[in-house]
Amino acid sequence: MTLLEARGVVKRFGGLTAVNGVDFSLDEGRIASVIGPNGAGKTTLFNTFTGIYAPDAGDVRVGGRSIVGLTPDRITTLGVARTFQNIRLFKNMTVVENVLVGMHARVALRLWDVVGHTPAFRREEGRSVRQALDLIGLVGLSGKEDALARNLPYGDQRRLEIARALAVGPKLLLLDEPTAGMTQGEARELMAFLRRLISEFGLTILLIEHNMRVVMEISDRVTVLDHGEKIAEGPPAQVQRDARVIEAYLGRGRAGAAAP
Amino acid sequence: MDWELLLAIFPQVVMDGLVLGFMYALIALGYTMVYGVLELINFAHSEIFMVGGFVGVEILLTMQATGWLDTFNPFVILIFIILMGMAVSGVLAVVVERVAYRPLRGAPRLIPLISAIGVSFFLQDLVRLGESLWRNAFYLTYPSFAAFNTRIEIAETIDFSVKSVIVVVASLAMLFALQFLVTRTKLGKAIRAVAEDQPTASLMGVNVNRIISLTFLIGGAMGGAAGVLFGVQYNTINPFTGFIPGIKAFTAAVLGGIGNIPGAMVGGLVLGLLEAFAASYLSLLTGGAFGAEYKDIFAFSILIVILIFRPRGLLGEVVRERT
Repeated sequence: MTLLEARGVVKRFGGLTAVNGVDFSLDEGRIASVIGPNGAGKTTLFNTFTGIYAPDAGDVRVGGRSIVGLTPDRITTLGVARTFQNIRLFKNMTVVENVLVGMHARVALRLWDVVGHTPAFRREEGRSVRQALDLIGLVGLSGKEDALARNLPYGDQRRLEIARALAVGPKLLLLDEPTAGMTQGEARELMAFLRRLISEFGLTILLIEHNMRVVMEISDRVTVLDHGEKIAEGPPAQVQRDARVIEAYLGRGRAGAAAP
Repeated sequence: MDWELLLAIFPQVVMDGLVLGFMYALIALGYTMVYGVLELINFAHSEIFMVGGFVGVEILLTMQATGWLDTFNPFVILIFIILMGMAVSGVLAVVVERVAYRPLRGAPRLIPLISAIGVSFFLQDLVRLGESLWRNAFYLTYPSFAAFNTRIEIAETIDFSVKSVIVVVASLAMLFALQFLVTRTKLGKAIRAVAEDQPTASLMGVNVNRIISLTFLIGGAMGGAAGVLFGVQYNTINPFTGFIPGIKAFTAAVLGGIGNIPGAMVGGLVLGLLEAFAASYLSLLTGGAFGAEYKDIFAFSILIVILIFRPRGLLGEVVRERT
């Protein structure tokens, strides 16, 4: 079943067309990657999937429902979560607090529950904290629950961002360059973790990634963007041989001379 | 110099400083919380405070007219008017945000600031007009309660009025409640998340507009409570009452590190104490050359010195950096 579907998505910034008529679809339980040179429009496309930008034309559907015009928090409650290329944690909050904010969307509490400190409030808070601790353990940050996010080493911040994204209870997880700044070993660890998310938790994952080894190894499908347009799409091995892709990465004239 | 006198009035001065300081702290919270989420200096907040004071006096005057004032326990009445002041001011703050700030959310930062100043004038004159039509006067006096004016004698030279104690206790209770709300609850975490990074918070499923409304509600309610306490403590209130405490509370918020909630509390207390000490000791210490009327100059000089050395405020290191 198609979980995420985009048709003819266009996003312009003044005179610049960052995303130009991109079609995209992703089936449930799959993992796909979006690649492309810098400035190809990958992150902008992500932003139209999460409601940061409304597309100027086209439609984006999650689970068959159009999300165009919805605010990011509404889209989140439909089961879309993401991480950022430049990590955007709540730096002055602790690890567990960051995850608890992510849980916000799932916990139904009313103002008077909080003000009145009702049993419902205590029960929910207790449950939220337990779930948050589980997630922190899942990404391998146990023991660092009370550290401030800004004091974590870089790799741990990436893990925490994933834990926070998982906290919203997503069906679809969008990861923007999750292996940036990681060693090859750490990247491999992350891939194993992503596979686990799919097999054990039934997630669907979409990556923006520059690390080609990761992309080729993990993706069911690869979509290539260049100058805001989709220039190729398909299984990794096929995309790897695509002449237009090689040209986009290496420039005209070198096409065919080297593989990406 | 009369050292004995200096020492003898010391506890009294500290108490005056605390009363003033807690009042500033309550008002400062409204400035600092709104600044935290919107980076807007909400100049209308001093009028939110003033309206709280008027809600209190109106209820008391009405009760006085109907004779109910003597039938209820004064402490019950006090709690009731504080709650009413909080409710009206809180809702008013939310409405102000909806009408005057939200439509300007994307505009350059100076624009909502001007809007805030406009709202401030509007509320002043609205209250003045309303009270003029309704009571033919807009300088109103809180009915006094004997129970509140009683002085508790602690030593021969030290006695506190009950209402001073009330201000301190009520403020402490509210500050603790707020601190709990902000650090321990889901709502508080959402408020802090929105203050740090709005787009990311919304991607975590936080409804940013609702949190902003809530911030105005809480900040406004604290301001309203401060307004009622101000009326109970200093007795008279008028539509322009808000200006001076508002400016001082704003100063307190900056002193503590604007956007920082514990900072607003600390800043309020420091400013209140400085003012009280200056008012009582300046003339004693300078042999009468400077009187109590120099208290603001003294207090603000110290503030300027503090801010030169700590430009981000006393607790400023916790202020988030913007990228």
